[in-house]
Amino acid sequence: MSLKKETDDGITFDTFMEGIWRQNPVFVMVLGMCPTLAVTVSAVNALSMGIATLFVLVSSCLLVSLIRNLVPKEVRIATYIVIIATFVTLVDYIIQAVSLSLYEALGAFIQLIVVNCIVLGRAEAHASRNPPLKAVLNALGMGIGFTIGLLALGATREILGAGKLFGFSLFGDHFQPWVVMVLPPGGFFVLGAWLLLFSFMRSRSEKGAQHG
Amino acid sequence: MGESLSQIFIGALLTNNFVLAMFLGLCPFLGVSGRLGTALPMGLATGFVMLVASICAYALNLVLSAFHLDFLRLISYIVVIASSVQLVEMVMKKYSPTLFRAMGIYLPLITTNCAILGVALFQTARDYDFPQSLAFSTGAGAGFTLALVLMASLRERLQLANVPTVVQGTALSLILAGLLSLTFMGFAGLGGGE
Amino acid sequence: MNSPVPVHTTPSNKMILTMGLVASICGVLIVGAYESTQEAIAHNKRIMVERAVFKVLPGAAKVSEYVATAGGIQPLTGNVPEGGVKFYAAYDAAGALKGIAAEAAGKGYADIVRVLYGYDAKCQCIIGIGVVSMRETPGIGDKIITDKDFLKNFEALDVRINAEMSALTNAVKVVKHGSKQNAWEIDAIAGATITSKAVGRGINESAQKLLPLLVPHVKELLP
Repeated sequence: MSLKKETDDGITFDTFMEGIWRQNPVFVMVLGMCPTLAVTVSAVNALSMGIATLFVLVSSCLLVSLIRNLVPKEVRIATYIVIIATFVTLVDYIIQAVSLSLYEALGAFIQLIVVNCIVLGRAEAHASRNPPLKAVLNALGMGIGFTIGLLALGATREILGAGKLFGFSLFGDHFQPWVVMVLPPGGFFVLGAWLLLFSFMRSRSEKGAQHG
Repeated sequence: MGESLSQIFIGALLTNNFVLAMFLGLCPFLGVSGRLGTALPMGLATGFVMLVASICAYALNLVLSAFHLDFLRLISYIVVIASSVQLVEMVMKKYSPTLFRAMGIYLPLITTNCAILGVALFQTARDYDFPQSLAFSTGAGAGFTLALVLMASLRERLQLANVPTVVQGTALSLILAGLLSLTFMGFAGLGGGE
Repeated sequence: MNSPVPVHTTPSNKMILTMGLVASICGVLIVGAYESTQEAIAHNKRIMVERAVFKVLPGAAKVSEYVATAGGIQPLTGNVPEGGVKFYAAYDAAGALKGIAAEAAGKGYADIVRVLYGYDAKCQCIIGIGVVSMRETPGIGDKIITDKDFLKNFEALDVRINAEMSALTNAVKVVKHGSKQNAWEIDAIAGATITSKAVGRGINESAQKLLPLLVPHVKELLP
């Protein structure tokens, strides 16, 4: 019944690790940018957003994978979107129940997880073609990779822009914060700087491999 | 809130530009802004979908609140947006097939454009009435197109410049976007307050 | 050119069946989550309101929600009726009325700035504010929370009602830093005028709506 060839190379370590390094959503695939820049003004916000997205990613991929052979191809995108929207609504209520101040800080971006390209992308490209366990592991890896990316940005912006990390003041009272870092332009600059760093490291390792 | 229509419009267009200040619509912003030829139609198509989505969201919200079905808001918004995009696609295919082919994969991607859902969510959160919602979505569409066109023009120019390889690509686009965002911050206070 | 390959299209009843199944699963999940979290969320919201009110009216121990309409004031249950304004009455441990608190919101630089202000019926003035939520620029706009001189504006902000009980005698106004002359004016923070104006505008709007409805009936709140 299924017209798609199931990629059956089994579950490898790479299934999980793929999302963390090689195909890191933030630094390599450059997907899911909107929440990445908007929410990473502090390490705590970045971490919470990462965990929320991880939850949505893993649950959606699990459900999509479970029903992958039942969904006719014409309606699959619509179905995936509805599933993702369901889990995002769930996360929305859970966060409100846990901490209203966190909810205020993350704002509309919780609901915007629904259109985070990473989630739909993974559901379509991977979860819909693989058995549940494999799909979940891959989603987990992607989610963790995304969270790491968010944390890197959030920590950098918080340290430079407020002199704190996770709310703890690092440099004392006389630190002159580089306020632009916690404002929109700073988000762009910091992400650009990280991408630059990554691209530099990759070209170094490629050059090393050539000369080795 | 008593915000005037022009305040809302200018706000979404310049002071709180959807892309450069509110970080909405970044995927297409970074992906499509390579050439002016694709950037402008993308911006206009997105702006149109924003307007349609805004009207539908307003109507939907009235219905949902009346029946206390607020928890269905997100799902219904996204379904409406996906349908509006389908509609725009069909209309474009029929009346301008060349443009439809040129836009390629980017048209269906408008569905996952956070800016469109963002318009719907923000106008609901700020409790705008109908004229205010219209001002907001037109401003947002115009702001998105403006940012896209500016970015595309800059990037086209940059292709002729001597940029180190390691910076090229997305890193460069982001730094560029950061500079644009910085300049837009200068619009603070424009058209706002007494 | 190859002859077209017959495309396998799914019969529509299968599509409808699948969509229906997915919709039901999702529906159950959403409703389940909604029901199980509603209590916790309401509890959190209540705590947040209480904390804000206690901060703005020190000495208060109990907060009750009321709504003021053209017909008078009554305790609030459920949604705020059309034309009504919500406010909080705070009582101390002995049961005496400590003061009244209400929400004010104004569009600031980045997004809406929400404050809670405390009102004393005896002096017909605002005696304090507390910022509930804001997304203003750190180091600039967020000074409305910490700047002592700015907060001093709200220790006796004149919001007297006029004789007809239709509006404030003098609208609350934000003036340039250092040029405050009257008790109903607010000295803006130098370099943070937009955020300061948001607070002033919000308070003016809220007071203009609430006080004409509240003041004639304020004695009813006394125990």
